[in-house]
Formats: sequence, structure tokens, C-alpha cells
Amino acid sequence: MTTFIVRRLLGAIPLVLGIATIVFFVVNLAPGDPALRFMSPNMSQEAIEQVRVNLGLDQPIPIRYVRWLGALGQGDLGVSFSHNRPVLDVIKELLPNTLLLSVSAIGVAFVFGILLGILQAVRQYSLLDSVTSIMGLFFYSMPSFWLALMMVLVFSLFAYELQWPVQFPGTDIQSVDYAFLSPLEKVQDRLLHLTLPATSLALVLAAGIARYTRGSMLEVIRQDFVRTARAKGLSEPVVIFKHALRNGLIPVITLLGLYLPFLFSGTVFIESVFSWPGMGKLVVDAITERDYPVIMGGSLVFANMVVVGNLVSDALYAVVDPRIRYD
Amino acid sequence: MTDASLSAVLPGFPQMLKGRWGAGGMSLTVWLGLLGVLLTRWARFGAGWGGPLDHQIASLTVVAGLLGAWGWSMFDVSRPAEMERSGIGQWSLTARAFKKNRVAVIGVMVVVWIYLIALITPLIAPHDPATQASLLTARLVAPGGEFPLGTDHLSRDVFSRIMYGARISLSIGFIAVGISVTIGTLLGAVSGYLGGWVDTVVMRFVDMVISFPRLVLLIAIVALFESNSIFLIMAVLGLTQWPGTARIVRGEVLSLREREFIEAARALGFSRRRIILRHVIPNALAPVIVTATLGVGNVIVLEAGLSFLGLGLQPPTPSWGSMVSDGRGYLLDAWWISTFSGLAIVLTVVAFNLVGDGLRDALDPRLRT
Amino acid sequence: MPLLEVTDLRTYFTTDAGVARAVDGVSLQVGTGETLGIVGESGCGKTVTALSVLGLIPSPPGEIVAGSSIRFNDEELLGVKPARLREIRGNAISMIFQEPMTSLNPVLTVGHQIEEVLRLHRGLNKRDARATGVALLAEVGIPEPDQRFDAYPHQMSGGMLQRVMIAIALSCEPRLLIADEPTTALDVTIQAQILDLLVSLQRKHGMALLLITHDLGVIAEVCDRVVVMYGGQIVETGATEEILTRPEHPYTQGLLASLPGIGDRDVRLNPIPGTVPSAVDWPDGCRFRDRCSFAWERCAESAPDLLPVDAGSSRSARCWLVDPDDSSSGLAGEPT
Repeated sequence: MTTFIVRRLLGAIPLVLGIATIVFFVVNLAPGDPALRFMSPNMSQEAIEQVRVNLGLDQPIPIRYVRWLGALGQGDLGVSFSHNRPVLDVIKELLPNTLLLSVSAIGVAFVFGILLGILQAVRQYSLLDSVTSIMGLFFYSMPSFWLALMMVLVFSLFAYELQWPVQFPGTDIQSVDYAFLSPLEKVQDRLLHLTLPATSLALVLAAGIARYTRGSMLEVIRQDFVRTARAKGLSEPVVIFKHALRNGLIPVITLLGLYLPFLFSGTVFIESVFSWPGMGKLVVDAITERDYPVIMGGSLVFANMVVVGNLVSDALYAVVDPRIRYD
Repeated sequence: MTDASLSAVLPGFPQMLKGRWGAGGMSLTVWLGLLGVLLTRWARFGAGWGGPLDHQIASLTVVAGLLGAWGWSMFDVSRPAEMERSGIGQWSLTARAFKKNRVAVIGVMVVVWIYLIALITPLIAPHDPATQASLLTARLVAPGGEFPLGTDHLSRDVFSRIMYGARISLSIGFIAVGISVTIGTLLGAVSGYLGGWVDTVVMRFVDMVISFPRLVLLIAIVALFESNSIFLIMAVLGLTQWPGTARIVRGEVLSLREREFIEAARALGFSRRRIILRHVIPNALAPVIVTATLGVGNVIVLEAGLSFLGLGLQPPTPSWGSMVSDGRGYLLDAWWISTFSGLAIVLTVVAFNLVGDGLRDALDPRLRT
Repeated sequence: MPLLEVTDLRTYFTTDAGVARAVDGVSLQVGTGETLGIVGESGCGKTVTALSVLGLIPSPPGEIVAGSSIRFNDEELLGVKPARLREIRGNAISMIFQEPMTSLNPVLTVGHQIEEVLRLHRGLNKRDARATGVALLAEVGIPEPDQRFDAYPHQMSGGMLQRVMIAIALSCEPRLLIADEPTTALDVTIQAQILDLLVSLQRKHGMALLLITHDLGVIAEVCDRVVVMYGGQIVETGATEEILTRPEHPYTQGLLASLPGIGDRDVRLNPIPGTVPSAVDWPDGCRFRDRCSFAWERCAESAPDLLPVDAGSSRSARCWLVDPDDSSSGLAGEPT
């Protein structure tokens, strides 16, 4: 098991390097002076020269590349134009919010998606299967930002107009008077604010997960060992949830790694729609503000989060499938 | 009334009566629909021939569609019935399995209709997509009457904009996927066939690109390049999609490589290039077609996303994504702007996904009894 | 009273191509402690018969048709409550399957899969279940049973896994063990070991054995009586020795004739010509007639019933040749 993890960690290093390289090339291949990517037009002449020398922008590309990697290694992602603070600091502040949103969304998506997938597999050909499959297809084909807007429309705006008993806030991570709330009310407030964003993100993912789980379970149910389990007299729930599911879930866990890029892409949209103060919104705002260091830094961090997520998913995979562990 | 005479008046109808509702339905709906267009838009149709290129294309499409539907139906009616069922080649088996899948057939019909509508839009759109009817009286008008789906904040007709938006989404989808499939297939095939360090390098690169959250990469590139050109967008979408295809093709090639017919080709002394191009790739194509179809849906959603964020095509180009974004500020008062444009995205992507799924099921030998 | 009595079993499957009548009127009995073999080619319905006994036929496509009867210990199993059926499975009737490598759950330890039967049917706690399980592994001849108990299936060979399956099947001391081609997927030397194991355990526990195989050699070694199946039906039954030395049905004769003998180096093999017809479309009349060298008009006109060979014996064959009242075959004496 440890060798497995160590090997995966080692394998991730070239990946991280590669990501940094890709960003480097994008920055340098773009038309225009790459120096302007790192320097705010408002900086003084000396400061500009200083940055130019620091980054070796007058040097040939290989040296620039090495300097770039060096800077990254030290955690120097540049200074944000609009925030006037190191990019890394800004990101560190907002990252927890993004994590809160993504982890909730992916948690809900997996739980709901897997349960639905199992139900569809066990009741194959039934009306439930057909109806939920079609609904799933629609959700799967939806742009998350549109679903988010529709949910705001219905559960936030219409609900307010029509004075529904439960209304969900459509913006931000907390109410204006958050600081004055009791701890319990604070939790409640957070949850209320989290509901719509996390659900919009989760629904699209859950549809895909349900499809995948359904397919995987259908295959597993056909396997010999499931027949053996029944032949032993085990009850159907035990056969499905203990024997079939543990095998059927294995490929679904790889989905965790596969879906992470989608998850983070979706987070960008959702945060933008809901004005959720996270990294996604940071990057989107940076686009309008031409805050290049933030765009680059944000991309790097997102991409590396995917690598970390993949490591986690690989580790989970090893936990669930003994055949991987004991190799 | 004979089949032939019935087919001459209502092409597709005799086939439908015989239970072939897929092919027959397609033919019949195209015939009736285009005929309807022709009759109700006769003036525009006539004028189209002398107008700008896309008007000419629109009128041409109407004619071609009518001839095609009618011609196919007449040809089909004249063939003896048995010719249908025969054929055990891989493609005939696949076609038959596909036809049994009702939802997939519906998907194909919807896709064909979306393309047709996109082509004949100049003929049938009630208004010009960029025309602002009246900033005084026609802003944010609710759906109905002159504006079937309402107007937006600049008093432009939403329905027409959605129709014109279809052309954009479909073209971008098609070309981006075309780029990605070409590059992905070639690289995947070469990588899988040659193996060794070529394989390692290519696959490492593929891993890197796949790990990158695609939207973030797109944002980075489009923002840094500071350009909203449609070509940049198509290129970038295509260039970020090929790794997925490459991986799949490589997998297929790896399993094909050891098959006897490849060994035979090698024994006969064919060059590697010939083997790859003529023998390996054609056999690896099946999953590529599935990925390509599903990929179109993916690209459409991504392009909409970019436009939504303001990175896509600039106004007044009616990209569905930017329409959703436009409607955001008027969500409660003029919900139709965002809702219908988003719905257009959903329906189009659903159709492509249905076709892609249908193809995947039809190509999967294990799912056949 | 026989331990297991199957009467007129019909199991049909609905497919795109039509209804496949996989088992079409099978009747057999297994007495206490007896070994009955079912032999036949692939597709003759022997596995489906076995699965039907335990109700393991997947129900959307498959269905046991009304009019069939499966009585175990004088209790009708068809239509019984699912809970009762689950009580019997793994307990009074056990089954082992052909492919040991895929018949065990790859993500659970071998020991766990033995334990769960013991805890389910015998209510043992974890400690006792483990102790019993280890003892069972020893009984089926697995070395270092205590360590193997915690091993995963992919860490063991096919032969060992089949022993594990036998251990699981025998854990609750069943009255009847159904073995579906238990040695087919194993190496020849291992086959012999597994068969010996089955026989010795059977004798030790006084268990009845319903053995399904396509291998006549296995039948010869192990079975008291044999049932030959073809086309979803039984075409011949009787005591093993009689069937193997004096087969009455042309199909059985063909099976025996097609076996290569050890001394026959340069002799061509004698397969039965033709192939098994499709279960969706059994031919009219006798189902074997297209491949039978003795077929005549009567065989096409009507399907023969299972007719007794000699009055009063337990032997019967589904062939008009055996009908004492009919000499229309034109054959003098008995076919050899």
C-alpha cells in the first residue's frame, strides 16, 4: 500500500511540472509583451525594471523558465494588480470558500448519484428507471450556470415574490448580519446560503455519476459471484449492498478523479452566478480587470488541486480494491 | 393507392405505415416542414437567390431538402423489402442495433432538424437578430404575438436570436470537434502503435492536459490572448479536446496491434505509415465516432460558458451563452431571455447525447443478444 | 421417497428472437446419499435445470412455467416464499459452480465468504465462525488454513478456490449438493483431486450429489445414475454402468463413440454430425432426428416420450427405436 502511494506521489511530480510549463508557454506565446502580464501599468518605472530583472524577462526563454519555476517553488505567484497583495495570499483567503462549495457539491453528488444508480440498476426496465434516466440525461446536458440561474429564479426570486415559506438566498456566502448571529444561527445561515450553489453544481455531476453507477452495477450484477452470493441464501439487500456494490463502486471511484476538472470548471460558473467569494469568482473578476497574475496563479492552483484530488481518488481506489493493494 | 403514388405525395408516409417510423418519419417531417416553409415564406425564398450568401444557402437547403426527402422515399419504395435485412458487416449490424433504440433515433431526427433550421434560418426567422425594434416601447416584452419568445433589454427578438445562435453553436461544435478528432486520432494511433518513448511522451502530455480543468485553461488562454475571434475559440476548444480522443484511440490501437491481420500486414512488408493509416485507424474508429458526437455537446456547453463569462464572441453576435448572461440582470422581470436561450442549449446537447449514447450502445458487442 | 423430485420442469427465456425453451419437460429424482449425473453438450439445458432447483434463474428474461414441480424433502419449492427459499439455499441445498476464479467476490477475503454462510444459517458469532471456517478449509485440503482464511481470491489458484467453494457449500451440512461442471475449468490433475474430495466428503456427510458435466469420464468415476440431456429434455436415464456399456439412445451412443480412446493414435475422431438446434426453434418430432443415423419417418411425425427400455427397469430412452410396439423402423434386433 505504501509503495503504491509513494509511486503515485512520484508520478504526480512531472504532472505538476507539466502544468507549470503549460501556463508558462501560454503566457509567453500570447501576443503582446509578456512583461505586462506581471506588472501593473500603474507601477513606477523602477519597480517595473526591478520586476523585469527579477523575472529575467530580458533573458532567453530557458532562463526565464527556470526562474519561473524557481519563483513558483517559493510560492511566489506574483502580485495582484487589483488587490495589491501577493496572489498567494489572496488565494489562501478565498480557497476555503471554494473548498466548502466543491466538497459539499461533490459529496452530495456522489451520495445521491450512487444511490440513484443502484436503484436504476436493480429496477432495470421499470418506469422509475426510464423516467429518471431521461431526467438524468437532461441534467447531464445542462450548462451548470443556466441551472444555477434557473434555481435562483425559482427558489430565490419567485419564492420571494410569492412569499414561499422557504426561500434560499441567491447571493454570497453569508447574510449581511452574519457577525451578529448566534453560533447555531450562523450554521443555519451558512447552510441556507450553501444550498442553491451546491445543489446546482451537484445535480449536473450526480446525473453523470448515476449513469456510470447504473452501468457498472448492471455489469456487476451479472457476475458469477453475485449468483454465488444468492446461492448461499443471502438476502437481496445484502447481495446488492455488500457483494455487488463493493465491486460496482470501484470504477465509480475513478470518476472522482475524472470529474474533478469538471467540478472546478463548474465552480467557476457557480461562484460567478452566486457571487460566492471563492477562487472561481476571483478568476472571473480578474478577467474583466485584466489582472493577469491572478489569472495565472488561479489556473495553477486549480490545476494542482486536480492533481491532489486524483491522488486522493487513487488512494481510495487502493483501499477499496484489494487486488491493487496486494500487487 | 400504391406505395409509389403515396410516396410521391407524402414521402416517408408509406415507410411509416410499414413500421419504419425512423427513416419514414425523418423523410415525412422534412418534406412537410420544408414545404410549409416554402409556402409561408415564398417571398423571402424567391428573394433569397439574389441576396447574401447565407440567404442563398437557406433557399438552396429548402430545395435540396425537399428533393432529398422525395428522392429517397421514391428510391426506397422501389427497392424490394429483403435488401434491408441482409448485411452482416460491422456497420450494418451497428445500424440495425441503432435503429432499434427509439430514443437514439429521435435524437438523430432532432439533430438533423436543428441543422436544417440553422441552415434555413434566414428564411424563417421572424426578425433580424441584431435589430432593436424600439428601445422605447419594445424592451423586455413578454413572449407572445410579434415576438414569440419575447424581447431582450435592447428590444431584440429573442426567438430570432436563438435561431441565429444555433448556427454559431453548431459551427463551433463541428469544427472544434473536427480538429480534436483529427489530432487525437492521429496522435493516439501513432502513440499506441509505435509504443516506446513516443508513447510515453505523448501520454504524459495527454495526462497533463486532461488534469487541467478545461474551463480554467480556456479562460487563461482566451484572456491572455486578448482576442474574441471565433477562430481562436474554435481552435482552443479543439486543441483542449484532443487528449481524450487520443487516449481512447491509443487503447484501441494497443489491442488491435496484436491482432493477426496487423501481423499479416507487417509480414507482407507494408510500411508503418500505411499500416497505421489504412489498417489500424479504420478499425479504431468506432469509439471515436461516439466520443466525437458526445464531444459536440460538450463543446457547445463550453462555448456557451465562455460567452457567459464574457470571453466568447462579442455582441451583437447572438451566442446562446451571452444571451443567458444578458438575461441575468433581468432575471425576475424578463425571465424569458435567460430561460429560453439556456433551454436551446439543453435541447441541442440532449439530442447529441442521445445520438452519442445510441451509437455507443449499438457499437457495443456485449449488449447484443 | 426421493430427496429431490423434479417433475415436468419447464424453464423458458424471453429473448429478442423469441421464447427460448431451455428446459422443456425434465423430470428426475435424486435419492438420499445418491449421486446423479446430468450429462449433455452445451446448450442442452443442464445448467438451467440446476439453477431452477435453487430458484436462481434471473427473472426478467427467465421464467419457470406453471405446471413444473420441484419437491425437496417433500416440500414444494416452486412458489414458496422467498424467505423460505433463502433458508434452504446454502443450508439444505448447496451449489458450486464452474468457474471458481469468478465465483468468489474479489474484494472480500475467502474467510469472510465462508463466515457469512455460517453466521447466516447457523447463527455463529465471529469467533466460532472463524474457527469452524478454518476447520472447513483444512477438511477440503487447503494447507495453512489459518493464514489462507484471510487471503483474497486473487491470491489463490483455481484448484484452491474450488476447494474453498466446496468448503462454503458444505459448511452447513447440506442434504443435497449441486455441482455444475465443478472440474471443467481446472487442470486435469487437479480435476481428479477435486472429484476425489467431493466423493469422500459426500460419503462422510451422507450427502446427495447432483453432478452436472459434459465429461463422460467424470460420470463414470463418480455417479450412481445418469441422466442424458439433449434439446432441453432428458433423452436417456439409467444406472451409470448400464448407460455407459449399453446405451439405447442414438445420442448417447454418439457421445460414447466420439470419445477418443487411448490406443487410437491414427484413427479419425467420430463427432456427432451437425449442431444443436436453437432453443427458440426446436424442430418438430424428435429433436435429435437431424443428426441421427437411425431416423425414419416416425421420428419426424411425432416426438417420442421417455419410454422404458426393459419393462420394470429404471432405464428409459426418448427414442422410437425403443418402443416395443413399433417395428416400423425396419431395423432387425436392437441397435448397438
